[in-house]
Amino acid sequence: MHNSKTVEIIVGLFVALGIAALFMLAMKVSNLSAFTGEGGYIVTARFENIGGLKVRSPVTVAGVRVGRISEINFDNTTYEAVVSMNISGDYNTLPTDTSASIFTAGLLGEQYVALEPGGDEKYLQQGGEVRLTQSAIVLEQVIGQFLYSQAEGGGDAK
Amino acid sequence: MIETIRKLGRWGLGSFERLGRGHIFLIHILLGIPSVLARFGLLVQQMLSVGVLSLIIIVVSGLFVGMVLGLQGYNTLVDFGAEQSLGVVVALSLVRELGPVVASLLFAGRAGSALTAEIGLMKSTEQLSGMEMMAVDPIKRVIAPRFLAGFISLPLLAAIFSAIGVVGGYFVGVGLLGVDDGAFWSQMQAKVDFSEDIMNGVIKSIVFGFVVTWIAVFEGYDCVPTSEGVSRATTRTVVHSALAILGLDFVLTALMFGNI
Repeated sequence: MHNSKTVEIIVGLFVALGIAALFMLAMKVSNLSAFTGEGGYIVTARFENIGGLKVRSPVTVAGVRVGRISEINFDNTTYEAVVSMNISGDYNTLPTDTSASIFTAGLLGEQYVALEPGGDEKYLQQGGEVRLTQSAIVLEQVIGQFLYSQAEGGGDAK
Repeated sequence: MIETIRKLGRWGLGSFERLGRGHIFLIHILLGIPSVLARFGLLVQQMLSVGVLSLIIIVVSGLFVGMVLGLQGYNTLVDFGAEQSLGVVVALSLVRELGPVVASLLFAGRAGSALTAEIGLMKSTEQLSGMEMMAVDPIKRVIAPRFLAGFISLPLLAAIFSAIGVVGGYFVGVGLLGVDDGAFWSQMQAKVDFSEDIMNGVIKSIVFGFVVTWIAVFEGYDCVPTSEGVSRATTRTVVHSALAILGLDFVLTALMFGNI
């Protein structure tokens, strides 16, 4: 059939092609090349309501992704959600009075945490806490409040 | 009446006996694998006929499956104004499901049936018993290299299938339908997770590779050594492989993504 050397070369190329395909999937298709969470630091924030926030949701500053949500817990004594954010080590100059808000990307998009840097001289460290937080906007509550205020306003006018 | 029950019983016993033979056979193959690694040339030869020669059908099918996904996904997503997510749809469907499953089905049809026919013909022309006469273990010499070659080749073929499919989806989505190039890749990279999606797809293809090649070599080795028996064994290989792939796919998907 074939020369055994040619066979070995062809099979070697095949295996290399398979591994290259896997490599392409890892680097080009998946998020492996992006921020992996290594070398980052963890910061927590407490929210009254986190809406649809999930583990691995993005954390942004000025719209730029700087980290991911690593953990979401519930505090049994204060009835608040404790969100742990893993922020990349490249962004280690966030002031301690940074505020965190939960926003939605687009009308139906996923929810993310937006950090708004303050003016403090000290920076957030590993295990630090963001104290100023704004909860997720729950659409039903907003509509409810809107209807309530409409009804109230209508009553005043008469 | 009694006769019917007896037939049912005979069928049941026969099936269980075959299942048991299959497992004993598998243990023999696994014990034979170290000797294959010692004779690397045999493995390389089988990798050529099992893996490399299946490459064309895998590449062409992968390309077209990706292109169809691009078209269908676009038509659905454009209704919601979300055609930017086309990359996510194409990549996730390929990496999680279609890559491993379709590549395995094609592999069962292309390589599995060939393995069964080859081994079955060796058996019916008494080459296998001839080897035994010469004190060569046919399981070590013939079966184990083929099993190992299939087991290694299928995950590679499935990865190639998924990668080519993504490129096909890119051609149709970005090239023909005008989805934004940057959004296609960036949304894909944001949503496809390496360990959750890609590695689970690879695990699936490893499991399928194991099962499909096992079925193929067992059917060949266990066939009735006549021309009719070989043809039946070949048919059984394709049918049983397809059923095993689809059934296992559900179980694996439920374990990996179903939160069960």
